[in-house]
This record gives sequence, structure tokens and C-alpha cells, in this order.
Amino acid sequence: MGLEQEVAILKKIPLFARIDPTKLKLMAFASERMIFKPGQAVCRQGDVGDSAFIIIDGEADILIESDGGPIKVASVGRNDIIGEIAILLDVPRTATVQATSDLQTLKITKDLFFRMVTDFPEMGVEIMRVLAHRLDATNAQLRAAR
Amino acid sequence: MEPNLLRYIWRNSRAEQIRILFLVIVSLPFYYISLNLPKDIVNRGIQGRGFDGPMDTETFGAIPVPFSERIFGESRMLFEGFSLEQWQLLMALSLTFLGLVCVNGLFKLVVNTAKGRLGERMLRRLRYELADHLLRFRQSQLKRMKSAEVATMVKDEVEPLGGFIGDAFVTPVFLGGQAMTAMAFILVQSLPLGLVALAILVVQAVLIPKLRVKLLLLGKERQLTARQLAGRISEMMDGSVEVHTNDTSNFERAELTSRLGKIFEIRFEIYKRKFAIKFLNNFLSQVTPFVFYAGGGLLAIYGYMDIGALVAVIAAYKDLPGPVRDLINWEQQRQDVRIKYEQVIEQFQSTDIMEPALQDPDVPVAPLEGNISANSLVYTDENGDRLVDGVSFEFPLDSHVALVGDASSGKDQVALMLVGLVAPTAGHLAIGGKDLTRLPESALGRRMGYAGPDAYLFPQSVRENLVYGLRHRPIDEPVYPESEAAVHKWRADEAARSGNCLLDVNAEWVDRISAGAQDEESLDRSLIQAVSVVDMEEDIYRFGLNGSIDPEQRPGVAQDLLRARVALTERLREVGADSFVVRFDADKYNPNATMAENLLFGTPKSADFDVDAMADNPIVLRALDEAELMDDLVQKGFTIAQTMVELFADLPPGHPFFEQFSFIDADDLPEFRQLIQRAEARGVAGLGDDDRRRLLRLPFRYIEARHRLDLIDETLEREVVTARKLIAAAVERECPDAVEFFDPASYNAAASMMDNILFGRLVFGQAEAQETVGRAVTEVLREMDLREAVCRVGLDFQVGVGGKRLNATQRQKLAIARALIKRPDVLVINEATAVMDGATRARLIHTVLGYREGAGVVWVLERAAMADRFDDVIVLRQGRLMERGKYDDLARDGTTLPQLVDAD
Repeated sequence: MGLEQEVAILKKIPLFARIDPTKLKLMAFASERMIFKPGQAVCRQGDVGDSAFIIIDGEADILIESDGGPIKVASVGRNDIIGEIAILLDVPRTATVQATSDLQTLKITKDLFFRMVTDFPEMGVEIMRVLAHRLDATNAQLRAAR
Repeated sequence: MEPNLLRYIWRNSRAEQIRILFLVIVSLPFYYISLNLPKDIVNRGIQGRGFDGPMDTETFGAIPVPFSERIFGESRMLFEGFSLEQWQLLMALSLTFLGLVCVNGLFKLVVNTAKGRLGERMLRRLRYELADHLLRFRQSQLKRMKSAEVATMVKDEVEPLGGFIGDAFVTPVFLGGQAMTAMAFILVQSLPLGLVALAILVVQAVLIPKLRVKLLLLGKERQLTARQLAGRISEMMDGSVEVHTNDTSNFERAELTSRLGKIFEIRFEIYKRKFAIKFLNNFLSQVTPFVFYAGGGLLAIYGYMDIGALVAVIAAYKDLPGPVRDLINWEQQRQDVRIKYEQVIEQFQSTDIMEPALQDPDVPVAPLEGNISANSLVYTDENGDRLVDGVSFEFPLDSHVALVGDASSGKDQVALMLVGLVAPTAGHLAIGGKDLTRLPESALGRRMGYAGPDAYLFPQSVRENLVYGLRHRPIDEPVYPESEAAVHKWRADEAARSGNCLLDVNAEWVDRISAGAQDEESLDRSLIQAVSVVDMEEDIYRFGLNGSIDPEQRPGVAQDLLRARVALTERLREVGADSFVVRFDADKYNPNATMAENLLFGTPKSADFDVDAMADNPIVLRALDEAELMDDLVQKGFTIAQTMVELFADLPPGHPFFEQFSFIDADDLPEFRQLIQRAEARGVAGLGDDDRRRLLRLPFRYIEARHRLDLIDETLEREVVTARKLIAAAVERECPDAVEFFDPASYNAAASMMDNILFGRLVFGQAEAQETVGRAVTEVLREMDLREAVCRVGLDFQVGVGGKRLNATQRQKLAIARALIKRPDVLVINEATAVMDGATRARLIHTVLGYREGAGVVWVLERAAMADRFDDVIVLRQGRLMERGKYDDLARDGTTLPQLVDAD
């Protein structure tokens, strides 16, 4: 699978959906393809994270450590993005992600991400829009919960 | 050193000077005869004076008995000579002339060679003595000298002396003699004229040197400013970080400009004065003939002097200016080199110097034993501050002692005194009852180990740096083959004649015994043990994996590594990681390697086969054509160019992405854009040769698995494999040494050890592939007992200038290992771990103390809390000993130590 397919997948992710395909292609080209085997951890809860992973193919479990061992809280698959918070903020990983099948990802490092945003500010605006949507949705959920 | 240059030369080259003088004197008669001969050839040989007719004969070569007329009243002959006709006489005279030309030439050759040799020997002696002084100066003196300035002195400033030394005595004697003869002749011919000539000569001889005094002073200044310039330039280089981080480059420029301006002024002043003096000198030389013509003429007119004598006087005077001018030149040169010499010597006159006996290599060295004791130790620095103030202690040589205190406690000065680097100002410091300041350097340098806060590494390999502490004296005489023995004997004799060191640098200097080793292999083992103690074995192991060996020299290791290659495959399969390394396969394309590697299937040994040179290599081009790959690769190049132009078009030039990711330089991007437009208009096939070549260069660095442009399909893979075989055959035929091909069964000398073990490429994009494979390699090597062989290669790692290829922690670790290797009776560590992080430092102290169990350690600690691992803790403050004892006791009951621990 080559660059063009990676770009097609990136476009399906809301965070990148409205960004110029050429920029996405550059981002894909400059990032590393990373393959995980079943059982391998993509990231571990509590570790310092410096990159996000975009799943191109395969599936993974999101696990949260508890006293009684890890608890599965969700599973992710194709076109999902993992760990995007870590490239925006310096917070430890909030969960462990473990591959359950052969997992193909695109690894977007913090450096690469910030460089892209600096060089192409319209990308930053797009990301702000997506984050604002999320915030709005969260607020709506909160209101509904009350 | 001898402050007077001429005395220095005379004392060290008397015999040779006299020999040369003798040669010069012997050569003089031949020279005078050859001057006289042309007149004889013209008068007798050609014009035939003395011949009455064509058949007449003259005698030639008659040798009269000296003074025979006076003794016997008639001239008698030792040899009657030959009777020759005119043409025969002409030939005989001419051949004599030719003979004399040869003799004079040979004399000149011999004399000049002797002078040159003498000068070079003296220069060598002088340079050696200066360097010898540097090796004997104490730290306090060395601290006052700038290394760049000293280097200029030893290298450049003494250089002109070599040219002068051969002429130092011969020239004045020879020219002075000539001038005096001519002068005496003039005085005999006419006293008044002679006196006038003499008077002017005296004026020249007195006035000119007087005028030159100022010139000499300027010369002195010129030398000083030039030396300081050298020092300043090296400061600028050493301080380059400070220059850039403080934006002071323009200040440095201004500073440099002012210095250069000063040098210019001095040099220009010298020129002006030099030519003014020259003018005066010439004028005086020309005035004398005026006196002769005018005054002598008058004397002749009024009959006080006959004309013949006047002509003779003028002729004699004509001979005079030459030698006089040369003498004046000689005098100027003498003054010049005298000043240079004095300027240099001045810097080397310090009394702060060790007696040569203290560095005698043959002094027997007994192991140190007993106690180290200090009694009212005082050290005062140049400002008169008492850095160490009345410290007394005593401890057994084999105990582990920590010295703690803050930066102004004087702890480091105590350490420097312990190893004899600085001498105590007052008080007494002894080891086993012997005064430490009297101990020869051999006792201190062989029986004690020292590592300071900023250790120096020599720009050599790790191994050379580690064994540096074992090179005290030659262990074995070097054995030279018969054919070279004479040359080496000559070299040794010549060294002795110049008063140089008589030890041979080619001898075996490394004292393996004192490192506890017998041969090179066990020495390497000791070295590896020492680097393990300082926690650096892992680094050396990694250097080794990236290093390479010559399989011809170490066939065993090469064979073992081939077995490791096989074992690694097995191991990777066991841990389920066999897909992490894609092995080289002669019949397959390796998508994790570059296109260039896939085509070459080997490691280039010649630059013609480097990645960037492949597209211009005729062998490669021929093979691409033959495999019908050329058009395909140009097409791939076109796709790469298209993608690059598309991706990088909006990035500013100089963006880091270009360097990291692009196949095309930012500068070339516009050209490629046009090229692509041309290709789109005409098709790639319609491009010119230059354009095609540009595109062809692009795919060679391409790695399918990494760059993911989907360029390589099965057809192309097949074509590349075909081309690979064609290239191999052509290389084998035309330049078999240019490429070392990949061969699963043989060791690749051009590749690193790691590449040899892997025999393939790490797969791109597999999580934790590198770590997993690295672990597997380490395990395999350990199981096969090959880790040591790898570390031995790691010892060949070149540390770079000042050890700059290592980081500061690694440098300090090596310095401690260097001190450990000679297994000293006492190891003195002076804040050598200051650059390390806490965990590393703690680990290091622990292992070093463990390794030195039962042997002495004195450790100046930068953190007081570390002292808990030592037998004995000495606490200093403001140069005074505050308290001493076991760490636990002091931490509980002491006053200063708890404060220091809290302050950390």
C-alpha cells in the first residue's frame, strides 16, 4: 500500500478531512509507517507520548489499568486516530492501546505535526474547528446529563 | 638555557665550526688561482706573449723550490715543467681552468652542505630543548603560557636560526680577513687615502648599527605582535561557541583589525627605516671613491703619489665594499636572530622547572607502601590566597578516602599536591615516609593513577588512549630488518649529535606487565575489563558493531561472525522476529534496501560505485541498457521528480524537510519543475540526454519500504536482478576490487560487523524491530563468546580531536579507565565525575571502589553524600580540615558534613 492510499485514509479522518490533499501527502510522506503484531502495545498508559497513530488497517483494544488488571474500554479500527491529545499537550498517555490483529498505522510525530501546522496555518484552523466541534459536543452531552 | 645566542652556538657546535673554517681556508688558494688564470690564458695562451714564433715553446707547470732564490741565490726547480707550443699551452691553461672550476665548485658544495647540516642540527637541538623544557615545566608555569604562542615559537620563530648558524663564525672570519687585507694594502700604498677610507668605514661600522638599534626594537615588537596574533586566533577558535552565543563576532573582527593595524604599522615603519639606512650606507660607500678620485688625483698631480699606486688603491678599494657589505649584512642577520632567540628563550627561562633527573626513565621504581601523610600542608596561589591552610592527615595507602567540601574548600588542590602536579607552598607531604616533592615522576606516574575534572584524550583510538598510561619507557629494543638497520643506526646517531632523546619511538613502549597482561590479546582483555568497571563496555561494544575488521588479519573472528550470521537467523525465528530482517538474496529484490544496493548487491569500495556516482558509472549504465531497465528507471525518476515537486513546492528553501526527506535540493526544484513540464509535453522518451540523466540519478536512493511511492513492481524487480548479474560480471571482469559483493558464505570486509551479522536490512515500519534485533544480536554474540571480539574492534574507535567524537561523560570514563589500567598503588580521582548524572556517578563510584578493593583510592567528591561508600572521610572548608572520620559518625555528630549534604 502506497502513499496515495494513505492520503485517502487521512482524508477520512475528521481532523484532516478538509485539509488540502497535497499537504496530507507531504505529511504522509514525512511520517513513518509502523506495523504492530497482535499483542504488541502501540502505547502504554502513563508513558510520555510524542506521537499519534492513524490506523490504516487492523484493530486494537483500548485498555485502562485498574487494580484488578487492565479493563477494555473500547476498540479502534481502520481510519481511527489514537493518541492525538499527546501531540497537542504534554500529558501522559491516558490509556494503553494493544493491537488485536496485525495493525498497520501511520506514525505522526509531534515535531512533524507542529511543523506542518506552522508551515500551513490553514491546517491549524481546520484542527481548531474540529476541536471546537468536539468541545461543543461534550458540552451538549454535559447539558443532557444534567 | 644559554641566554647568549653566539655562545650557545659555539658551545654546541665548536668542532664542526672549526672544521668548516678549515675547509674554507683550504679552498682559498684555489679560488685566487682561478681568479688569476683568465689573464694568463688571454696574455700567453691567446695573444702569445713570450712566444717568438710558431715553433717556439714555453715551460708550463714548473714548480720552483720555495724561497730558493733567497737561500741559494738562484732559482731552483722542484719540477722542471713541460715544454709546450702556444696551442698546447692554451689547451693546458684552459684545462687547468676547467679543473679549478670543478675544484672550486666541489669546495663550495662541501662547505655549503656542511653548513646546512650544522644549521639543521642546531635547529633540531634548539627545538628539542624547547620542547624538553615544556615537558619539564610545572603546572603553574604551563598555566601562564598560551599553547598557540608556544607552538609558533617552537615551529616558526626559531626557524631562521637554522640558516644563520652555519654562517655564525665562518662568515665574519672569512669576510673580515678579506676586508682587512684590502684595507692594509691601501694603507701601505697611501697613508692619507687609507686613513680617509678607514674613517668612512668606521663611520659606516659605527653609525649604521646605531641606526639599526631602533630597527631591531621594532623587529622585536613585530615578533611579539605576530605571536600574540597566533594566540588570539586560537582563542577565537577555542571560544567559537562563546562568540556565536554572545553575538560577539563583530567585536572579534574589530579586535582583529586593530591588531592587524598595529602589525601593519610596525612592519611599514621597519620598511621605511630599512630603506633609509640602505640609502645612507650606499651613499657612504660611494663617497670613498670620490675622495680617491679627487684627493688622490690632486696628490698625483702634485707628485706626492705615483699614478700606479693610485690605480692600485682604487682597485683594492673596489674589492673592499663587497666583503664590508656582506659583513654588515651578517651583522644585521646576527642581531635579527639574536633578538628572535632571546625573545623565545625569555619564555623558557622559568625556574619553575623539574630537574631532568626526576624524569629519568631508568630510575628503578618500587611499589609505594606505608601511609600517606600530610603535615601542616599549605598552598598559596599567585595572589597570595591560602587555598589550603595547614591541613594535616595520615591514612594507609590502601584505604578508600573521600575528600569533601565546597568549591572553595581547597580539596582539589590537595589532590593535585598528592599526585605531584603542584608543589605545597609549606608543610610536608609524604608517601611511606618519603617526601613526595622529591619523588621522581616515574614513581608518581607509574605507581599512582590520576583522573581530573576535564581529562584530555589524544586524537587516536580508544585503545591508544587507554594504554597511554603504560608508555613509560621502552620495554624491548625494536628489531629492524637487515636492510633498514643502517638507516635506523644513522637516525640514532644523528639524534645523538643534536642532543635529542636517545629512546626509539618504534620500540615497544606499552608496559603490558604492569597492566597484568602478557600479550596483545590479554592486554585488550584488561582494557575491556577496565572500561567495564567505568560502565562503558556497552558503548565500546556498539563502536565495535559499527566498526569493521580485516578478515585477512583476523580470520578467526570473520569465521565466527559468519557463524553468528547463521545463528542470528535461528534466534530471530525462535523469537518470532524473522520478518524483522530482510536478508540479501542474490535472486530477489530487497525493498528495504536502496535501489543502488539492489543493483550493486554489494558494498562499494571505490567511489565510482557510491550511491551518488552510480548513474554516471559506465559499467552500471551498460548493464541498465542491456537489462532494458534504462527507460524504466528514467520513468521512475520522473515519477519521483513529479512527487517531490508536488510535495515540496510550497515549502520555503532551507526548510528541514528538504534535508530529511526530499530527493531533490530546494535549489534544484525550479529546474525540475521545468523538466517535468517538458516531459509532460513531449513524453519522457522525448527528453534530451541531459534531462534523462538528471531523472536517472533520482531512483538510486529510493527505498520502497520507506518512501512508499509504489514504484517497484514485479517486472522491475526482475529487471533489477538481471541488471545486478550483468553488473557483477562486468565488475568481476574490469575492476574486481571496486565492489565487495554480498555473499552469504563470506565475510564482507567493506561492511561493518553489524551489517555482516545481519546480512540484510532491518525492515522498515515494524514496531520495536530495531530493539528486538539488537537484543537478538547481543544474545547471539554473547552465547558464541564473540562479545569480546566485537569490543576489541570497538577499541579501535577513533575518539577525534580532544576526544570530541565522544560525549563528556564518555571522555571522563575513559580517563578513569586509563588510570585504572596501570593498576596504581593509589588512584586519585579529582572531581572526574562532575559532568555525569547522579545515577551514573553513583554506579561508577560503586564499581570502581569494588574493583579497587584492597588498593588505595583518594576521591575528591563533588557531592558530599557520595562519601558514604568510603572508609574515611576528610571534610575541608576554606582550606582547613574541619572534621574527619567515618561517614555515619560525621553525618550524625559532625557539623560541616551534614551542612554540605544538606546544601547538595
